[in-house]
Amino acid sequence: MSKRAMRLAMAAVLFGACAAAAQEKVTPSWTVATVSGQGQPKGYVEYQKYCIVCHGEGVGRPGTLALQAKYKGALPALLDKRTDLTPALIKMYVRNGLTVMPTFRKTEISDAELDAIAAYLTRNNKP
Amino acid sequence: MRVPPGVTSKDFSDAIKRWEEAVGREWVFTSDEDVDLYRDSYSPFWHEDLEPIPSAAVAPNTAEQVQAVVKIANEHRIPLWTISTGKNLGYGGSAPLLGGSVVLDLKRMDRVLEVNDKNHYALVEPGVSYFDLYRYIQDRGLKLWIDVPDPGWGSLIGNALDRGGGYTPLRDHFDAHCGMEVVLANGDIVRTGMGALPGSKTWQQYRYGFGPYVDGIFSQSNFGVVTKMGFWLLPEPEGFKSGNVLVQRHDDLVPLIETLNYVMNSNIVQGTTTIGSPLLMSRAAAQTASGAGGSALVMSPGGPSVEDLEKIGREQNLAYWNCELNFYGPPKVVEAEWEYAKEKYSSIPGVKFIDGPTYTLPYDPKDVDKLPKRQFGIPSLTIFGLMGRSEGHMWFSPIIPMTGEAVFEAQRVFGQAYHDMGVPAINQIFVFPSSFFPRSFVILCGFPIYHDVEKNRRSREVFKGLVKAAAEHGWGEYRTHTAFMDTVSDVYSYNDHALRRLHETIKDAVDPNGILSPGRCGVWPKHLRKART
Amino acid sequence: MKVPPGVSASDFAAAIKAFEDVVGKEWVFTSDEDVALYRDPYSPFLGEEDELVASAAVAPDGVEQVQKIVRIANQFKIPIYPVSTGKNLGYGGAAPVYSGSVVLDLKRMNRILEVNEENAYALVEPGVSYFDLYRYIQEKGLKLWVDVPDPGWGSPIGNALDRGGGYLMAQYRNHFDSHCGMEIVLASGEIIRTGMGAMPGAKTWQEYKTGFGPWVDGIFSQSNFGVVTKMGFWLMPEPEAYFSGTVYVPRHADLIPLVKILNYLENTRVTNGMPDLGSPLLYIPMIQEIDVWNEGRGPAPPEAELTGLMARSEGGFSPDLEAYALRKGISYWSCKLSFYGPPKANEANWEYAKEKFSAIAGAKFVENESYSLPLTPEQREKVHKPQFGIPSLAMFSIGARTPTNPNPTNGHMWFSPIIPRTGEAIFEANRVFSEAAKEFGLPVLAFSLPSTYWERAFIFIFAFPVTRDAETNKKNRAAFKKLVQRAAEHGWGEYRTAPAYQDTIMATYAYNNHSLLRFQETLKDAVDPNGILSAGRYGIWPRHLRKEQA
Repeated sequence: MSKRAMRLAMAAVLFGACAAAAQEKVTPSWTVATVSGQGQPKGYVEYQKYCIVCHGEGVGRPGTLALQAKYKGALPALLDKRTDLTPALIKMYVRNGLTVMPTFRKTEISDAELDAIAAYLTRNNKP
Repeated sequence: MRVPPGVTSKDFSDAIKRWEEAVGREWVFTSDEDVDLYRDSYSPFWHEDLEPIPSAAVAPNTAEQVQAVVKIANEHRIPLWTISTGKNLGYGGSAPLLGGSVVLDLKRMDRVLEVNDKNHYALVEPGVSYFDLYRYIQDRGLKLWIDVPDPGWGSLIGNALDRGGGYTPLRDHFDAHCGMEVVLANGDIVRTGMGALPGSKTWQQYRYGFGPYVDGIFSQSNFGVVTKMGFWLLPEPEGFKSGNVLVQRHDDLVPLIETLNYVMNSNIVQGTTTIGSPLLMSRAAAQTASGAGGSALVMSPGGPSVEDLEKIGREQNLAYWNCELNFYGPPKVVEAEWEYAKEKYSSIPGVKFIDGPTYTLPYDPKDVDKLPKRQFGIPSLTIFGLMGRSEGHMWFSPIIPMTGEAVFEAQRVFGQAYHDMGVPAINQIFVFPSSFFPRSFVILCGFPIYHDVEKNRRSREVFKGLVKAAAEHGWGEYRTHTAFMDTVSDVYSYNDHALRRLHETIKDAVDPNGILSPGRCGVWPKHLRKART
Repeated sequence: MKVPPGVSASDFAAAIKAFEDVVGKEWVFTSDEDVALYRDPYSPFLGEEDELVASAAVAPDGVEQVQKIVRIANQFKIPIYPVSTGKNLGYGGAAPVYSGSVVLDLKRMNRILEVNEENAYALVEPGVSYFDLYRYIQEKGLKLWVDVPDPGWGSPIGNALDRGGGYLMAQYRNHFDSHCGMEIVLASGEIIRTGMGAMPGAKTWQEYKTGFGPWVDGIFSQSNFGVVTKMGFWLMPEPEAYFSGTVYVPRHADLIPLVKILNYLENTRVTNGMPDLGSPLLYIPMIQEIDVWNEGRGPAPPEAELTGLMARSEGGFSPDLEAYALRKGISYWSCKLSFYGPPKANEANWEYAKEKFSAIAGAKFVENESYSLPLTPEQREKVHKPQFGIPSLAMFSIGARTPTNPNPTNGHMWFSPIIPRTGEAIFEANRVFSEAAKEFGLPVLAFSLPSTYWERAFIFIFAFPVTRDAETNKKNRAAFKKLVQRAAEHGWGEYRTAPAYQDTIMATYAYNNHSLLRFQETLKDAVDPNGILSAGRYGIWPRHLRKEQA
């Protein structure tokens, strides 16, 4: 990747992070034990608990970084902004892993929780 | 000549002959005169039949000789009792637990094998005393400090294996070890941690090696004979300071210790801190000529109330509690740390501080007798001057939580226990705790020993009563005298003594003939186990 | 359905049914799909016949269930393999050492039993992760820090038992050393509590480590002598402030006095955080910079002249390379020191450290960030989180697809030898491993610096890639084993490894005809006579399997 492209990619991530910081005056959900689902769509709580440490917004999120490098802006790097995922695809990645993303057992994320996460990530899909 | 229990005279004399061949005749002791030297000088069984007296003693010079001696003992099923320098006074000294055992005296193995002043460690044999290592280091002008217990003539290895403690940042002696060499009951020799890798470059630098970490099972135990041990040393710091914190009211002990916890667990204060009570110590001194304690330090039923005592404290201008904090590091740092500690303590109303001097190190060897020796890792025998008029002592050493509430509870519980046992005020021994080990307090109580059968019998009864009272409140001893090892082992009874049964399982596997130090810390070999219950 | 080796189909079926009666059918996994979740996603044998796989998995929710399961396993002689959170990636994951074992998945036992702020300890179950404990403490507003490894989703119990390390003060970052008290289910199904826990109603189970009598805790680490169901940990009180400063030295040979002085400062606790070595000249990031560099936020790449000089250097050195460095004012080595404590003490310690390092001609110093603690949310996003007791997964960018790496691997396995704490040893290890890499057909190894997780020793952690190509993986496995031998010839042993290499590495600990292993086997036979617990873990095989392995 050219230096210029690298700098742009960096800027995109940082810019995203800054915007988030400006909005987020509440305690980041990944730092607390009890995440409130009040007023949130189904699967929000599970997604905060299990996924955002890698796929959330901000620096040090290797999942987001990898998707940024993969799609180079053609698709959102943040999973919860995607509108084209399917439950089958999501479940496949969680249960089979991909490159350095490992598999997740049912004692870590149960089938019910995985269903909820899939519902959350597909909530904005066009019908 | 005494013969070990369960051993025929023939087997014994055969073994003696073979030992003489292995180590040389002059190093096998069988005459009464020679063997008497191995009796516990502070035995609580003085003049009684119960006193466990060895049958003989063997003093090897090398690990290979140890292997030979142990193999011979195994073949003839002769119980051995291993000592390093044999100076475990107050906990049994050099005498075995099982009368008639043969003492395996490792004092002659007194080589300092290596002292590394770049990576700050030493590798020693069992016969090396704290004095020996201190002198070795002074002679060579190495910039290293050792950590010494009080007194300092014991063995680094022996003390660490009994899990003793000292006063400097490396005061937890077993925790400060790194790497061991052990002779097993079958004569085989094992090196632990990185020592298991032939030609290892990091035996004294990385503790755990690879796979199950076995070192701990050789401490307070009888699963092997330790013939070498590595220890981490403290590079000589450039400064030291201590400061005294005094609080006026009884309840102030709670925040005093809360803050102590914080500064200790943050590494700001290092080394051992002892809680003191100027008020109660002054009352104790008034009670006994030697000032060695007495009922003034516990809360006896019917005794003075906290309010009474606080009143006396105000009248006599005596703080209720104090603790001395120790700081190690460059002079500017230790001064900043003491300032910070004072800041933290200043929220206690009426708190007072006494600044200690800031020492710039290294010290001049000429000044050594003026220095706080314990805190500086300088061995001494001064403590023997503080013992009062007795013929020895034995230590009662329960562990209590590091909180003010626990100290109050200990005062009440032991005060009540003494009262219930009808112990006269003058004999109600108690001391305030020290933090020999991080995160907990040890109450290290010395019971006087006399050459008087009745007095000792009574002492032993009271001791056992205290062990029981402590256990009822969830407090256990961290170490004990051979005379009480079964008593103390018995209170560790979770799930029907499951841990002891695990110890016994291991014992039977690694020492099937049960020849190594039978009974140590309550672990008996199979053939002696049934007899005990 | 796969059946464990040495177990009849009918026995296995009976055991499975018995497991289901204990934990409920939904928590016994036997379908191919469910059991596949217990594969090691970073297995160096992925897809090959030799891949280590489970036959089934059972997930209990409490100690009583664990006891029952262990008894059933003993009755039917089923080999079981306990995992805590099963996130030991790079060291084997959740897959058993003895292929065909039943995994005992303790993830559901995820209770935080106690966190005591004043005495700064926690008591947890195996399924509790570092994230769980961190979140609990944040929510309750306790002034305590957890020492976390990188990454932070593992189990404090699992990590401590595998003897992993972290990033805070020395006594906390050695995870096994900072534990206090354990509860264990033995192969017989019996429960023991160690240390002060052996006293019923003990008040100091998490305050005094060794209890009375033989201290057994160590034999349950990197081992298979029991199933740990509770463990206490000492936590670090939140300090007042954090400060870090970096020392830079100009010449190649300066590494030697740099390490010597560092050792003095660390062992006297002048610097109480984790030292971090780097090389600006050789483009070696410090540990806490790795994520940042991987994410493309590192320094600009070296100019052509420097690249050429580095390629022509030997062991990271040549007179021309050093001359270039001196001419351009680029430091050869750097060491970042961290200080936790009151600001004035941190400053005084740093001043003192600078004084000591000034003995090296040309040493330069840079003061980095200083923070009053606790961090603000903004600061928390900027720092290297583990150094502040904050769990993170940022380090998964290693090997992952990133702006600087378009070709992600399938995972990694760690080669982690311990070397002495000297500059001389760093040079020697690089020379030896570099030669070995050439000899064994591995990619050229650039000069590497060790880490300081442990006091008093250095550890090199080299990442071997795991690919999706069986031939490459085979080649890499063989090379790994040769490296282990080469290290042993120089007196360097590994501190931890994946199941694939546990026998190989255990065999290098051969003093006196493997007397330590023979001793450990004696213990194994005594406490687990049927050899049902984690057969083969760390090279400890039960008797009935021992001859096979020889």
